[in-house]
Amino acid sequence: MIQVRGLHKHFGDLHVLKGIDLDVNKGEVLSVIGSSGSGKSTLLYCLNSLEQIQKGSVHVDGIDVHAKQTDVNKLRQKLGMVFQQWNSFPHLTVLENVALAPRIVSGKSKEEAYAMAEKQLKHVGLGDKLKNYPSSLSGGQQQRLAIARALAMEPEYMLFDEATSALDPEKVGEVLDTMRLLAEEGMTMICVTHEMGFAKEVSDRVAYFHEGIMEEIGPPEQIFQAPQSEHTRKFLANVL
Amino acid sequence: MQESMSFFTGFGLNDLWFLGEAALKTLWISVLSISIGTLLGTFFGWLLHEGKWVATFTIAPILDVFRSVPLIIQLVLFYNFAPIIGLNFDPFASGVVILTLYTAALVASVARGGIESVPPSMRRASRSLGMSYWQDLFHVVLPIGGRAVFPAWVGVVLGVMKDSALVSVLGYVELLKASQVLITRTQEPLLILAIAGAFYFALSYPISRYAHKFEQRWSK
Repeated sequence: MIQVRGLHKHFGDLHVLKGIDLDVNKGEVLSVIGSSGSGKSTLLYCLNSLEQIQKGSVHVDGIDVHAKQTDVNKLRQKLGMVFQQWNSFPHLTVLENVALAPRIVSGKSKEEAYAMAEKQLKHVGLGDKLKNYPSSLSGGQQQRLAIARALAMEPEYMLFDEATSALDPEKVGEVLDTMRLLAEEGMTMICVTHEMGFAKEVSDRVAYFHEGIMEEIGPPEQIFQAPQSEHTRKFLANVL
Repeated sequence: MQESMSFFTGFGLNDLWFLGEAALKTLWISVLSISIGTLLGTFFGWLLHEGKWVATFTIAPILDVFRSVPLIIQLVLFYNFAPIIGLNFDPFASGVVILTLYTAALVASVARGGIESVPPSMRRASRSLGMSYWQDLFHVVLPIGGRAVFPAWVGVVLGVMKDSALVSVLGYVELLKASQVLITRTQEPLLILAIAGAFYFALSYPISRYAHKFEQRWSK
């Protein structure tokens, strides 16, 4: 379970997150929506300590993420993350891209790491690209590679930071399908997204962020059909 | 009638051997200086990238001196003044020390450029997989950044190898010094300098060829 309490985050003078309280249960899919600069992505970075926080706390399975004694490298293995830019390692083949972290971080043998990588690549539909270099893949394939790379660490949570925003429109579907597949398999997911269709269909809950505040959170039916907040209503009127 | 005696004798096969040996010395002093200099330079480059103002005010100005002062002046100053502080280095060791520092100064900028060529988002992605700072540095940043600045590094290598000729001013008999010795004896500067040039070319050309092949392989 992920528990966020009174989370504040500043970038210099900019107050990006203004006291966020949020619980995400195991097996739940939460979509986070909101306009650019509302703090959605920053929230994800605070969950796995890629960004430091100024006030409040984040606990993942009881571990205080921002405590000094917390081994963040170990903690991050619990929280797979997929970014807007896929960031595949250009010097490694598709298989090596996925096998690298299991080998050097989890300490798996080469055979085990490669077997795990192959399994995850088949899972996301890249089983026929193992020996390719990322440069020969399309954006959608590279994003699925990034998902396989995160899954190979056997995370308990997956964080998606606008995973389809940098893709050509015709490639968005294949990545959303992969995310849908993970959701159906019961993966706990927090998806920062602009894909309202995905948020509506796949999520258990949707959170709307506005200027660093979580304005509203609830089941998709509530957010999309009967939003409580005026800001949510305005935002949805613009994007839907 | 008495035969006239000449101080000068023609260029022979032995002389070619002599030049070959000198070329090996050029190669040796270059390999040694470039290897150590590259390691040291990479470390300095990393410090410049990470060390922020500490490095900016400490090693950066020192590296600037080595990069900016002509190599020949550095060699002469070091060879003649190092004994004052108790460092009695022979010409070879003095040459290695200065060429190493000179290489390190040049490589430091190249290495820093390489590290900075890896986008922060890539580093964030590797850290998000649970990699430590050092794992990210060695498995992601160095291979990716290294490839990005490889052509610049090859430029440094070729430059330093040719600049190693300047160690001849200290009396170390490498290729250029050996040529001067032979020119004095044979009075055939054109031939001998052409041969020395051919040796330099033979040392440099394989490096640029191999480098080109690596770049082609990486670009696939």
